[in-house]
Amino acid sequence: MSALTLVRQLGEVVLAVAIAPLFMGWIAQCRAWLQNRTAPPLTQPYRMLRKLFHKDAALAADASPLFRTAPYVLFGTMVLAAAIIPSVATDLPFARAADAIALIGLFATARVFMALAAMDIGTAFGSLGARREMMIGFLAEPAFLMVLFNAFLLYGSTALPSLVDANATRRFFIDPSVIFAEIAFIMVLLAENARIPIDNPATHLELTMIHEAMVLEYSARHLALIEWAADLKLFNYACIGFALFLPWGIAVHGADGGGALLLASAVLLVKLAFAGAALALIESLSAKLRIFRAPEYLAMAFLLAVLGLLVHLLLGANIHA
Amino acid sequence: MDLLLVLGIPFAGTLVLAFVGARRYAAELNIGFSLATLLAVALLALRVVRSGSLLLWQEQFYLDSFNVFLVVLTAFVGFTTTVFSRPYMRVEAQHGRVNARRLRLYHSMYQLFMGAMLLALLTNNMGLLWVAMEAATLSTILLVSLYRTKASLEASWKYFILCGVGIAQALFGTILLYFAAEHILGQQGMTALLWTHLDAVRGQLEPRVLGLAFVFLLIGYGTKVGLAPLHNWLPDAHAEGPAPVSAVLSGLLLNVALYAVLRCKVLVEGSIGAALPGRMLMVFGLFSAVLGALFLWRQRDIKRLFAYSSIEHMGIITFAFGLGGPIANFAALLHMTVHSLTKSSLFFTAGHASQSAGTQRMDGIRGLASSRPALGWGLMLGSVAILGMPPFGIFASEFLILTTAIQEHPWATPFLLLTLGIAFAGIFSKVQPMVFGDGTAPKVQHAPSLAPVFVHLGMVLALGLYIPPALAACYNAAARLIG
Amino acid sequence: MHDADLIAQLLRLLAAGLLLISFAMLSRRRTQRLITLYAWQGAILFLSTCLVAYGEGLRELYYSAALTLILKVILLPWILHRLIHRLGAQWDSEPLVNIPATMLVGLVLVIFAFGLAQPISMLATTITRHTIGIALAVILLSFMMMITRRKAMTQVIGFLAMENGLFFAATSTTYGMPMVIELGIALDMLVAVFILGIFFFQIREQFDSLDLHHLEKLRED
Repeated sequence: MSALTLVRQLGEVVLAVAIAPLFMGWIAQCRAWLQNRTAPPLTQPYRMLRKLFHKDAALAADASPLFRTAPYVLFGTMVLAAAIIPSVATDLPFARAADAIALIGLFATARVFMALAAMDIGTAFGSLGARREMMIGFLAEPAFLMVLFNAFLLYGSTALPSLVDANATRRFFIDPSVIFAEIAFIMVLLAENARIPIDNPATHLELTMIHEAMVLEYSARHLALIEWAADLKLFNYACIGFALFLPWGIAVHGADGGGALLLASAVLLVKLAFAGAALALIESLSAKLRIFRAPEYLAMAFLLAVLGLLVHLLLGANIHA
Repeated sequence: MDLLLVLGIPFAGTLVLAFVGARRYAAELNIGFSLATLLAVALLALRVVRSGSLLLWQEQFYLDSFNVFLVVLTAFVGFTTTVFSRPYMRVEAQHGRVNARRLRLYHSMYQLFMGAMLLALLTNNMGLLWVAMEAATLSTILLVSLYRTKASLEASWKYFILCGVGIAQALFGTILLYFAAEHILGQQGMTALLWTHLDAVRGQLEPRVLGLAFVFLLIGYGTKVGLAPLHNWLPDAHAEGPAPVSAVLSGLLLNVALYAVLRCKVLVEGSIGAALPGRMLMVFGLFSAVLGALFLWRQRDIKRLFAYSSIEHMGIITFAFGLGGPIANFAALLHMTVHSLTKSSLFFTAGHASQSAGTQRMDGIRGLASSRPALGWGLMLGSVAILGMPPFGIFASEFLILTTAIQEHPWATPFLLLTLGIAFAGIFSKVQPMVFGDGTAPKVQHAPSLAPVFVHLGMVLALGLYIPPALAACYNAAARLIG
Repeated sequence: MHDADLIAQLLRLLAAGLLLISFAMLSRRRTQRLITLYAWQGAILFLSTCLVAYGEGLRELYYSAALTLILKVILLPWILHRLIHRLGAQWDSEPLVNIPATMLVGLVLVIFAFGLAQPISMLATTITRHTIGIALAVILLSFMMMITRRKAMTQVIGFLAMENGLFFAATSTTYGMPMVIELGIALDMLVAVFILGIFFFQIREQFDSLDLHHLEKLRED
C-alpha cells in the first residue's frame, strides 16, 4: 500500500465530511426556490453546526452512557461508510475490505444505535420515533439489497470499487433492468434519509415525526454530530447511487493521479448539484404519505427492484449472445 | 356479385334503418333486408352446391361445405327473427319499454349484427374473422342494453368486460398463428392469415407456437361460445335483452363463435395432432354441459332457463367435436343446426309468453295451453324438442353423440347421461305448469306471429325424420374437414 | 451492425418502460392518473414502432406508428379526459385496492408471461424477439387490472391497455399484423370507447355512480 493510496483515502473521507452539509444546504436551497421562498444561504448547515458545537450540552437526568456515546458511534459509522464508498476514486484500501452488503450492515448498525438512544430516555416521542424508524429500516433494507443485486448481476461483482471499474470504462449502455433499479433506489433513498414521502425533515409536528422525534432530547455537540451524520448519510447514499448508475468521471483504478482526482472531484460536485436539484424537485412535487402508507411505498420499491432483477434475468440474458 | 349482395345488404340495411328511424314501416323494412340477405345467400349457396368450395375476391372469402350451411342457417334464422320481432317490438313500444330512438337503434344494430356474423362466417382471413367477431360483440352490447334498465346495463357491462377480455385473448392467439405462418408463407400481402393457405401448410407450422395459440384462441372464442367457466355473461345477456336478440344470440352467435374455434382447431390439429385439442374441447364441453344442466334447476326466469339450456347444448356440441371422427362431427353439425332452430323458436315463445304475462318470472306465467293454445303448444313442443325427445332432430344428433362416446370414451357416458337426465327433469318440471297450470294470460294488442315458431319446429321435426341428401353430403364433407 | 445493436438496446429499454408503466397503473388509485399513464404507454408504443420501422426499413410500420400516435396518444386519452370531466369523475379513486398484494401477483404474472413467451422468442427472427415476454406480461397485467378494480372507467382503461399490449406483441413477434387488420382493430377499439362512453352516462343515470358495486344484482341465488 503506497503512501499515495493512503492520501487518496484520507482525502476522500475529508472531502465527504466537508461537503456533506453543503449538499444538504444545496437541497434546502433548491427546495426554497421551487417553493418560491427566499432561500437560506448555502452555508446554513455549517453555521448551525458551529452554533451547536459552541453550546453547552444538556443531558437528561436518567440518560445512560449509551445515550452519550450514540452520536459518536453514528458519526463514526457514517465516516467509515464514506471511506468505503468510491465517490472520487476506486483504489481505496478501505473499500477493498468491505463490499456493498457490509455497507448495508454498517447503516443498520447506525440505525440500531440511533433507535436505542432514542428509547434510552424513555420519553413517548423518542420510542415512537424509534419504532417507526425500525419499521422503515426493516422494509427498506430488502429493497436496497435487491437494488444492489441488480447491479451485482449486471457487472458481476459485489464490491463497489470493482463494480465502478467495470462500469465506468464500458461504452454507453443502459440495461432495461437499470430503470427499475434506479427508481427503486431513489424511493429507498428518500425513505432511508427521512425525506418527504415518508418523513418531513422540516416538520414541527411531533406526531408525524420519525427522525426528528428520535433526536428531540439531544442538544449541543451531540445534536451537531447527529445532524452531521445525517448529512453524511444522504451524501453516502447519493454516492452509492452514482457508483451504481452514473459511474462516469470517477477516477478508476490505474488512472488516478493527482489531476484525475481533481477532475473526479469536480465531476462529483456537478453530479451532486444535479442530484440535489432532482431530489428537491421530487420532494416538492410529492406529498408526505401517512405513516401507514409507508409499508406500501417501500413494498413498491422492493417489487420494482425485484422486477428489475426479473427483467434482467429473462430479457437481458441474451444481450451478450 | 352474390357475395357482394350477401355482405352489402345487411350493411346497407344498417345505414338505411338508421335513417328511417322509427317510422311505421321500419320493421317491415327490417324484414325486407333480411329476406333479401336470405335470397342472396341462397344464390351463393347454390353456387357452392354446384361447384364445391369457392374462393372469392383475391382469396379473401372462402366458402366450403362447413360454412355454407351455417351461412344459410344464419340468414334464415335472421330472417324469421325479424318476422317475429315486428309484433313483438311493437308491443314493447306500446308498453313503453322502448322509445322511438331505441327502436331505430334496435333495427340498425340488428342488421349490423347480421352483417358482422355473415362476414365472420364468410371470410377466409383469420384477422378479419377477429374483427368481425368484435364488431358482432359491440353491436350486441347495444342490443342487450336496449331497455336501459339497471339490470340490462349490468348485463351488457358484464358482457362487454368478459367478452372484451376473451376476444383480446383470441387476438393474441391470432397473432401467434400469424407468427407461425409467416415463417412458412412469408410476409407477402396477407396470405399468412388466409385460412386456405394456412390449411395447405398446416403440417409445417411450428407445433409449440400453435399449441399456445390454440389455448388462447379456445379461451377467447370459447368465452363467446359460452363455455364454462367463462359463461357468466351468457344468462344475463339473454335474460335482459329483448327476446329477438336472445333468439339470435343463442341461435346464431354461439354457433359462429364455435365455428371460429373449429377453424382454428383444424389448423392446430394439422400441426400438433388431434389428441390435445380434442381433449381440451371434450373437457370444456363436458364441464359446460354438466354445469349448464345443474344451473337449470335454480332458474326462476324463463329466458335464463333457456340460456342455461344453451350453455348445456353448446357444451354437448363442443364435446362431440372434441370426440372427432366422421360420426361425432356429423352429429355435432346436425346438433348445431337443430339447436339453433329449436332454441330460437323457444325464445320466440318465451318472449311472447312473458310479454302477455307481463313478467319473465316463470311462476307468473301459467296456463298458456288454455288461454293461448298456439303459444302454449309452441312452448311445449319446443321444450320437448330441445330435451331430445324423438322424433325431433335433437334426438337423432344426441343419440349419435352418445353412442360414439360410449364406444370411444366410455368414461364420459355417465356425465352425458346425467346431463341429459337433469336437463330433462329441470326443464320439463318448469315448462309443464307454465303450459298446463291454472291461470290466464291476457291478450296483447298485436297478434303474435307464431309462424316462425312452427316453421322452425317443423324443420327440426323433418330433420329428425329425414335428412336431405344434399344436406347430408354437406355435413359429411364438413365432418371430414374438421377431422 | 453497431446501429442495429443500439436499436435493439433502445427497444429493450422501451419495452422495460412499457412494463414499468403497467406496474405504475397497478399502483395508482386515481382514475385521472391512469389516463395519463395510458397516454404514456401509447407514446412508448409509438416510439418503439418507429424504431423498429427505422431499424428494419419497413414502410408499413410507419403507418401503424402514425395510427398509434393519433389514436392512442391523442384521441383516446382526450376522449377519456373529456368523459371524466363531463361525468365529474376527476377525483374518483379506489381506496380499497390492496396495492402491494396486486403488485406481488403482478410479479408472478410477469414470470409466468416470460415462461410462456420463451418458446416463441426462441423461434422469432425479429430484432424485438426478446420483448415478447414483456408484451404478454403487459396483457396479463392489464387483464388483472380489469379484474381487481371496481370503477367502470378503470376497467375500460385496463381494456385499452390490454389492447396496447396486444399491439406490442404483434410488433415484436411479426412486425405487426397486415395493415387492413390493424385498421379494423383500431376501428373496433374506437367504436368500443364510444359505446362505453355512452354507457357511462347511462350507468350513472341509473345508479348515481360509476362504482360497479351496484352492478352485482344479477347473480344466481
